[in-house]
Amino acid sequence: MNRIFKRTYSYWFLLPAALIYFVIFILPTAMSFFFSLTRWTLIEWEFIGFENFVTFFREQSLNIGFKNTLVYAVVTCGLKVILGLLLGVLLTSKLRTRNYLRSVIFFPTLVSTIAVGIAFSMMMHPSQGIINTALAAIGITGPDWLGDTRLTLLSVALVDVWKGVGVATVIYIAGIMSIPSEYYEALQIDGGNGWRKFWNIILPLSRPATNSVIILAFIGGLRSFDLVWAMTKGGPGFTTDLIASIIYKQYQGGFYGLATAGNVILFLVVSALAFPLYAYLNRKEVDL
Amino acid sequence: MRALRQTAIEIAGILFTVVAFWIPFYFIFVNAGKDAQESSLLNLSWPSTAMFWENIKTVVAARDFMLIRAFYNSTVLTVVSIAILVVLCAMAGYVLQRRSDRATPVFNFLILAGLIVPPAIVPTIWVLDGIGLFKTMSGLILVEVALNFPFAVLLYKGFMAAIPREIDEAAVMDGCGGLRLFFRIVLPLLQPVTATIIVLSSVTIFNDFTNPLYFLPGSDNVTVQLTLYNFQSQYVTQYNLLFTNILLITIPPLLLFIFFNKRIVAGMTAGSVKG
Repeated sequence: MNRIFKRTYSYWFLLPAALIYFVIFILPTAMSFFFSLTRWTLIEWEFIGFENFVTFFREQSLNIGFKNTLVYAVVTCGLKVILGLLLGVLLTSKLRTRNYLRSVIFFPTLVSTIAVGIAFSMMMHPSQGIINTALAAIGITGPDWLGDTRLTLLSVALVDVWKGVGVATVIYIAGIMSIPSEYYEALQIDGGNGWRKFWNIILPLSRPATNSVIILAFIGGLRSFDLVWAMTKGGPGFTTDLIASIIYKQYQGGFYGLATAGNVILFLVVSALAFPLYAYLNRKEVDL
Repeated sequence: MRALRQTAIEIAGILFTVVAFWIPFYFIFVNAGKDAQESSLLNLSWPSTAMFWENIKTVVAARDFMLIRAFYNSTVLTVVSIAILVVLCAMAGYVLQRRSDRATPVFNFLILAGLIVPPAIVPTIWVLDGIGLFKTMSGLILVEVALNFPFAVLLYKGFMAAIPREIDEAAVMDGCGGLRLFFRIVLPLLQPVTATIIVLSSVTIFNDFTNPLYFLPGSDNVTVQLTLYNFQSQYVTQYNLLFTNILLITIPPLLLFIFFNKRIVAGMTAGSVKG
């Protein structure tokens, strides 16, 4: 039987996918550790030790990406969790407009990031943009969303949340819907109110959904590139450069070794934060 | 009192979506129908002379019909990538779910890593260059397959778990070989998850900007996303054409959304719970 089983579920089925995955993904990832230590023209390389990494952390225009990436990931992830949870609770209640709201909130997820980025940079125009025009109508002088260096990264992060909160919401909806109705019945017998229902039932029991949202949004935030690139190209100056956009700039400049070092740094940042987070969140889930 | 409060929440919800979601899309729409001068005002007023059709014709004809070519390329990229992705990932998910031996945890780890780790860009270019596929559509297709592999294979693995082994055993007893078992019996049973993967991946690949930017440079306008990106710097004085392009590029996802809304949502939540 064992022999038949091995023949039936032969690893030959795995081979084509594994081959592509290995050649296009695993091999380059492994090689990146080597090439990050070189000065590299794609054709020939010269070993220079950790010089690329030193450059990366010494030059202000490069190491700013490190801080920005963390801020961006934390802000987008945090807002997606909070808004996703609130919208999830709202959209699992008995509203007649429930399906309409779900569809509308979810739709931006499917729209091209570049299109969203372009449209929002028009709407955030400091004097003409509709956002500041609307604010002016109620007597507020709107800020220069994409020009004020203290604000730009946050503005891009807000657009990211606008586009991505739909995913967080549907994950929360699925999580909240899977809570057995016995809990609500028990609460009703004990006479708890809506707040208790949220605090003592929905919040703890939608924990798996929270974990998924945190992991997806956080990793997505650390890796994000296209929205920032479409909206600001890292500017003004370098104030909104993320690690991913710095990699692209160095690649364009022909500094392949430096670009690869950036990639390794992104790899390390993502791994150092995502794998422990993943393990931690999944352990908590078992405890419940 | 309760009913009143509920109605209030419903109305507030609708107002919220109008401000946060309808206005941005309306903004894109009206500005796609204006002339260059009017659209440079970036406001929400209805175009004084609606010229949606003229703008569409101008955008489509621009630079020797490059938008048509871009749509063609994006379609080829999406369709071929998904065809390969579905067959290869279904086979991989099938074997990985059915077998368990010493290699299984290694495979599981590598797949999980693929969901988390960002791809190493320049080394990938180096590899593609080495096998002669850099700056080719085939190379880009391989990249899309490799990068979407972890997600698709996890969905297939999850779904395989719900297909009873007894079906396989019965088929083997009747003398069905591995290949026939997979293609004639298992693959048809995987049809619901295949549909989910097709819809989700087509959105991801059609909207992908980063990978075409890196792996298919040279001709600037190979995919619709790159075309739009290049329009941004080209048409700084003709926002109306920029918005028309955005409008055209949003139609395919809009159609998918209208027809497959439920499946997309189901796939996203299933993927996230497993992932």
